[in-house]
Amino acid sequence: MKPILEVRNIYKEYKIGGQKQRRLSLREELINSLKFTENKELFWALQDVSFDVFPGEYIGIIGNNGAGKSTLLKVLSKITPPTKGYIKARGRVASLLEVGTGFHSELTGRENVYLNGSILGLRRAEIEKKFDAIVDFSGVERFLETPLKHYSTGMELRLAFAVAAHLEPEILLIDEVLAVGDAEFQKKCLGKMDEVSKSGRTVLFVSHNLGLIKQLCTRTILLHNGKVKVDTNTAQATSIYMNLMAQKVENYEISKIDKTKPVFFEFIRLINTKHNSSEFPHNESISIRFKLVIQNWIDGVILTLGLLSKYKNRIFTIAKPLTDWTNPKTEEITLEFTLPPNLFVPSFYSWSLYLHIPGIDYVDEVRDVCPFRIVDTGSNMAIYEQEDYGHFFLKDYELKIV
Amino acid sequence: MEYYIRPQGKFSLNLKELWQYRELFWFFTWRDIKVKYKQTLLGFLWAVLQPLLMMSVFVIFFSKGLNIPTDDIPAPIFYFSGLLFWNLFSSGLSSSANSMVVNADIIKKIYFPRLIIPFSGILVAFFDFLMAFLIFIIFIAFYLFIFTDFTIQPVIFLYFPLALTLTLITTLGMGCTLAALNVKYRDFRYVIPFAIQFLMFITPVIYPVTIFDNIPNLKYFLALNPMTGAIILARNAFVPGMVDWTIIGISIASAFFFFLLGIFIFRKMEAYFADIV
Repeated sequence: MKPILEVRNIYKEYKIGGQKQRRLSLREELINSLKFTENKELFWALQDVSFDVFPGEYIGIIGNNGAGKSTLLKVLSKITPPTKGYIKARGRVASLLEVGTGFHSELTGRENVYLNGSILGLRRAEIEKKFDAIVDFSGVERFLETPLKHYSTGMELRLAFAVAAHLEPEILLIDEVLAVGDAEFQKKCLGKMDEVSKSGRTVLFVSHNLGLIKQLCTRTILLHNGKVKVDTNTAQATSIYMNLMAQKVENYEISKIDKTKPVFFEFIRLINTKHNSSEFPHNESISIRFKLVIQNWIDGVILTLGLLSKYKNRIFTIAKPLTDWTNPKTEEITLEFTLPPNLFVPSFYSWSLYLHIPGIDYVDEVRDVCPFRIVDTGSNMAIYEQEDYGHFFLKDYELKIV
Repeated sequence: MEYYIRPQGKFSLNLKELWQYRELFWFFTWRDIKVKYKQTLLGFLWAVLQPLLMMSVFVIFFSKGLNIPTDDIPAPIFYFSGLLFWNLFSSGLSSSANSMVVNADIIKKIYFPRLIIPFSGILVAFFDFLMAFLIFIIFIAFYLFIFTDFTIQPVIFLYFPLALTLTLITTLGMGCTLAALNVKYRDFRYVIPFAIQFLMFITPVIYPVTIFDNIPNLKYFLALNPMTGAIILARNAFVPGMVDWTIIGISIASAFFFFLLGIFIFRKMEAYFADIV
C-alpha cells in the first residue's frame, strides 16, 4: 500500500521576533536596510522531519510548547510553505486548526454553516446534503436564523464543531481543538472522532492531552525542538515524552516576552533548594516562584494558577485578583506559591498560569510549564507505585467499627 | 489525486486552482455584500444614494457655482458617468487593499488561493456599481424622453464595456499590489485613503480633460492613470465625435501594466502571508 502522505526532510525556518515583525513599519525597514546590518536571527521550527502516513492511520503528534507541532500542521495544510524538503500527498487534506474559522458575527447561524463549511473545503452541494445532520449535531436549530452575535460562546462552539465534525476529507489534520466546549459536548465530539477513525479516514491529531492521544491514536510522533524524536506506538511514545519532560530543567525563562502586553510573566521557576532538580519527594513542599512585570496598570486582572496532571488534565485552579499584592504604582512583583507536603501522589505534573480579566480578555498565559515529578520516598502507598491508586493522599478520613 | 507541497517555486498564476476554489470566491463575496448592508435601514439603497447625492453636489457646486465646463454633456450625466466608474475604482481599491488584513484570521488557519480575497473585495464594489448603473440607465432614459437635443451614440455599447473592463483591470492590479504590501507594511493602511483622494483630483471626475487643451501633451501624461481613459471613454458615448484613441491606448497599456504588476507582486509574496500577517 502506498502512503497517503510522504513527508520528506521538511525544514521550516522562521525569523525570530516573528511577533515583533508584525509591527515592522516601512520606516523601520528602510532604516534597517540603511544600517547594512543583518539583525535577523533565524530559527528552525522544523528540522529534517520525515515520516510516512498510511491510509486509515490515526496518528498523534505530541511534544512540548515550541516543539514544532503546529508548524508541522501548517506546512501539511499548505498554509505556509516548507523552507526545504517536500511532501507528497495522495488525498484531499482538510485542516482544523481552530473551530469556527471565518465565522462572522453579523451572519445568521445558517449562513455561517455555509460560509464555514465552504472555507473548510466543503462544496455547496455537500453542505446542503449534510445541513440537517450538522444542525442536528449542534443542537442549535432554534437559533438558526439568529445572527451569531446573539449566540452564547457555547452555542457558537457547538455550531462550529458540528460543521467540522462533518468534514469528510481523506486526511484530516486536527490541532488541539477538542480542548474547548463543555464536557458533555466534548464527549459527543470524541464519539464522532472515534467514528471517524473507524470509517478508515486518516487523521493527524495534535494534542497536549496524552489521555486523549492514548484513547484515539495507535501511533504517535514525538517532536522535540523541531525534530522527530520518536515515531512509534502510542504507549512507548508517551512514556518517552513524560521522561523527557521530567528531565527538563526546572526553570522556565520566558524566551519570547511580548513587551506589548500590559502585564506579563517574566520568569517562572520551580524552587527546590534541597535537591536542585525537578524531582520532589512526596513528603516535601513544592514551590513555584514567578515574576510579573506591570507595564500599564489595568483594572480587574485576575491571576489564576493551576496544576496539570501528566495527562494534562487540570487538578486544581486558584484565582486571585492581582490587587491582593499590587497597586497602580507597582511595576513588578515576584510571588511564590507553595503546595503542602504529602498531598499529591507520585506522578508527573506541570503548571499553567494565566492573567485575565474574566469574560473580557486574556492578558498573558503560560501553559503547561515547569514540569516536575513527585517521587515516593516511602509512603504507606509505596507498594502500589506501579498502580494507578488515585490523585492525592487522603489524610482526614474515618474508618471505624460500627 | 496526487500532489506535492514544496518550498515556493517559480512564479505561476495557477488558474486551475483558482477555478477549483470558485465556490469559496462566491461565498466571500456573498458574505461581504451581506455584512456590508446588515443592520442598515436603507440597505442596498445606499449603493444608489451615494452617487446620486455626490452628483447633486457636483452639479450645484462645480457646474453651476464654479462654471466648470462639462463638454456639452448635461452636467448630471457628465458627473454621474464619471462617479459611476470612479466609485467602482475607489471602493474596490480600498476594500481589496484592506482585505488581506481584515481576513488575517482565516488566512492563518486555512489554505486557499489567496488571490480570492482581493478579487472578492472588488466584486463587492462591482455589486454596488451594478445598483448604481441601473439608476444610471433610468436616468438616461429620462433624459432621452424629456430633452430632445440629448442623444447617446450607438458606440455606448462598445465604450461602456471597455471603460468597465479598464476600471476593473486597474482596480485588480492596484488592489492586489496594495493588499500584498499592506500585509507586510501596515503603513499602507494610512496611505490608501490619501492616495484615493489624491487620485480623484488627477482623474477627470469633476472636470473634463479638455480644460488642459492649452497645455500640450498634459492629457497624454494624465492618461497614464488608466481611470482617465476609462472616464473619457464613458463620457464620449454622449457626444458625437471621435475619441482620442491615443489617450485610450495609453490608459489601456497602463492598466495592463498595473494589472500584471499587481498579480506578480501578490503571487510573489502570497506564500508567506500566513507567517507575517
